[in-house]
Amino acid sequence: MRQMRLFSSRDSGLVSELRLVIMVDESTRKTLSSIPLLSTKAGPRDKELWVNRLKEEYQALIKYVQNNKGSDNDWFRLESNKEGTRWFGKCWYMHNLLKYEFDVEFDIPVTYPTTAPEIALPELDGKTAKMYRGGKICLTDHFKPLWARNVPKFGIAHAMALGLGPWLAVEIPDLIEKGVISYKDRGDE
Amino acid sequence: MDTTEKLKSRIAELEIELANEKSKNAAPVRQKIAQMSSEVVDSNPYSRLMALKRMGIVDNYEKIRELTVAVVGVGGVGSVTAEMLTRCGIGKLVLFDYDKVELANMNRLFFQPHQAGLSKVDAAAKTLQAINPDVEIETHNYNITTVDNFQHFMDTISKSSLKKGAVDLVLSCVDNFEARMAINTACNELNQKWFESGVSENAVSGHIQFIVPGESACFGCAPPLVVAANIDEKTLKRDGVCAASLPTTMGIVAGFLVQNTLKYLLNFGDTSFYLGYNAMLDFFPTMTLRPNPNCDDRYCRQRQQEYQAKPKDITVAKEEIDDTPLHEDNEWGISLIDETVPDIEDTSATVSSGVRQAYTLPARPADPEPEIVSTETSGPSLEELMAQMKSI
Repeated sequence: MRQMRLFSSRDSGLVSELRLVIMVDESTRKTLSSIPLLSTKAGPRDKELWVNRLKEEYQALIKYVQNNKGSDNDWFRLESNKEGTRWFGKCWYMHNLLKYEFDVEFDIPVTYPTTAPEIALPELDGKTAKMYRGGKICLTDHFKPLWARNVPKFGIAHAMALGLGPWLAVEIPDLIEKGVISYKDRGDE
Repeated sequence: MDTTEKLKSRIAELEIELANEKSKNAAPVRQKIAQMSSEVVDSNPYSRLMALKRMGIVDNYEKIRELTVAVVGVGGVGSVTAEMLTRCGIGKLVLFDYDKVELANMNRLFFQPHQAGLSKVDAAAKTLQAINPDVEIETHNYNITTVDNFQHFMDTISKSSLKKGAVDLVLSCVDNFEARMAINTACNELNQKWFESGVSENAVSGHIQFIVPGESACFGCAPPLVVAANIDEKTLKRDGVCAASLPTTMGIVAGFLVQNTLKYLLNFGDTSFYLGYNAMLDFFPTMTLRPNPNCDDRYCRQRQQEYQAKPKDITVAKEEIDDTPLHEDNEWGISLIDETVPDIEDTSATVSSGVRQAYTLPARPADPEPEIVSTETSGPSLEELMAQMKSI
């Protein structure tokens, strides 16, 4: 889990493009490169263009989930309201052969895709310091510059791969170890 | 008989106790004051403010009673900002926040432990109204960045002044990039002047930035500016926390913000376009930021064109050259060093000594407008894609 260390050791410095590439480990980079890039720069206030953007979002997400399934690393499902402004679903993390599952939700901000969506895991709100109010995950200093450089090419699938994926990989084992979350919590799985 | 007497005296005791308790709760309420008076008496809450006129600092202090300021984000900086403006006798405050008061906020100023659980805007409104009932306070408890609320936010900004028009100034006291960009989008569209403010996540630096659409750089013209913290990054431990905060830094930034708000609104002194604060070195960089002609925000570009087309009021500064030294002798060799850096246009990472951009962006084409939009008429419809995603 090289990714874990890389994403938890955070420095608030100016990071060069080169270093960012190194910061994202080989598997994340491979994952990232297989997610289709988006081209329509439109947010939820842009009526028809937003519909185009939404189509691209869904196409990228479908491809990403299919890739994950193909590489035996299926880890989330997402769907949206019909306007595509509110997203919800589930994500899960395997730890010692046990599956820990959480609800995911986020709104598409009016400034999307200039600003990334703020992904939230509401049920973990208050259980870890690496969250903002409402269970919004605390992303690394690398995420925002990387996102900003890739507007409008990155979409929700990229936010999941670069934001939530690494966050789960760092935080969930830690929360399990601290006893903050336990497998029994999700005994129905 | 004896018992009746006892009971009577007990009743008397209890009545006194009750009266005492009642007097505790009945805090003296300050009555509304119709007109600001400059009379210097103990009972006049405005006497020291009106003294600014007598001292020649402000021409017309009473004007503040006609002005409306919107404060977006009523947290560590916003609540103190709102309190300062309330004590200054601002005409109207419009507060926006969707958060609740938490005990974890108690390292900051303004809110008190008994308010935990209340919405920040309601708790703030109550306290502010008690401090100064002359101020009209309007509250909005929602997240401005969502599609549903954003339009209401724009409408409120443009219709909530005391004269039912646009507010005189918007103050951003939010704690995240998304909300700042939402305010930026709204203010560019509405041609609304606003101040951005912020405190770094390590709590030892902060800044304010005055944004006049078209005239100064908007918040989206360049990556956010960061006041260098002068901390060895290897010693900056961020394990297990998102953000630190100090009441000192937040109070200082709120002070800078309201000071420049007053200077702008009441027309005295110079309003800073950018003022940074590095707490580690007590360093305060100031500068002017010009807008980026290739800004991503099309309303920003439109405002720039409007500003350039506008005839500039040529106020030739009356330079009163006074050659006589202020102090005839300077026994200790004291001199002032000019730290201000005028008009910065360069968009390289280091903007000014002690200030840099949070990150760099790839060069964008000079005209970002004509983007070929793939209309995707051929592929599956949105509904089909949604269904496909659901069925995976």
